[in-house]
Amino acid sequence: MTSSLLLPLLGGALIGLSASLLLLANGRVAGISGVVGALLAPVRGDIAWRVLFFAGLLGGGLLLAWLRPGSFPAPSAPSAGGVWLLAGAGLLVGFGSRLGNGCTSGHGVCGISRGSVRSISATLTFMATGVLTVFLVRHVL
Amino acid sequence: MRSSLSAFFSGLIFALGLGLAGMTDPANVLGFLDITGDWDYRLAFVMGGAIAVHAALRPLIHQRARPLFAARFPAFSASKPDAKLLVGSALFGVGWGLGGYCPGPALTALATGAFPLLVFVPAMFAGFYLAQVLQARSGAGAPRPEAPHAGAASAP
Repeated sequence: MTSSLLLPLLGGALIGLSASLLLLANGRVAGISGVVGALLAPVRGDIAWRVLFFAGLLGGGLLLAWLRPGSFPAPSAPSAGGVWLLAGAGLLVGFGSRLGNGCTSGHGVCGISRGSVRSISATLTFMATGVLTVFLVRHVL
Repeated sequence: MRSSLSAFFSGLIFALGLGLAGMTDPANVLGFLDITGDWDYRLAFVMGGAIAVHAALRPLIHQRARPLFAARFPAFSASKPDAKLLVGSALFGVGWGLGGYCPGPALTALATGAFPLLVFVPAMFAGFYLAQVLQARSGAGAPRPEAPHAGAASAP
């Protein structure tokens, strides 16, 4: 029981450490939707660090795939319905997180660490609709 | 240069944290959101661990006058929660519950080239773009919507 919580805690601590490093070194908040989303409307002098953060995420993903492949789900055959569901989910995640100025990282970790009322409200909101969506999909539909 | 290096390592550590924590497998995320089913509460400890570390380090970092490689620390929106924040967050949560991916894990898992991410990530970027177009049109703020976390101040 305790060992099954060790990895989530350690992983979480690394996320907190990463956010702290970005704040200390770059003076930036590690909110993924904002860091990466702003690349779609690039501003001169404000591009390199965003691209490199993104590259770091991908580099980390490669390291995980190499050293700890179980971090990712086993490949499965795509279905037509699954593709539309994924596309719709991606669209909602992108649109919603950008409109709401943050996602799980920006609001859920950085904002709550700061005690921001806006971030606490945002986090409670997306947790609630996430729980409701899973409830409807798994137990009602 | 140094600021690019720190951004890269920050992204790298972030991705490793997500992977170790179990966030890069949507089955874990959906299990965490399924509180009325066989609830997998482990991911609550991810957020708890992240907040504990960041909340502890933030005050120490802010003892400095400025960041190591930038002119200033971020400024934050002092406004109260508004409709845009809540509607956006609500829609984000629905997408999160449907796919089991939020932006960080999706971009980390994209590195594997797995099929679901080749659909999800482009759709997510389309969503980013739509929200930015909508906000630029409504004229509710700057032409380029900036996260309240990042403030108006951009690094030199």
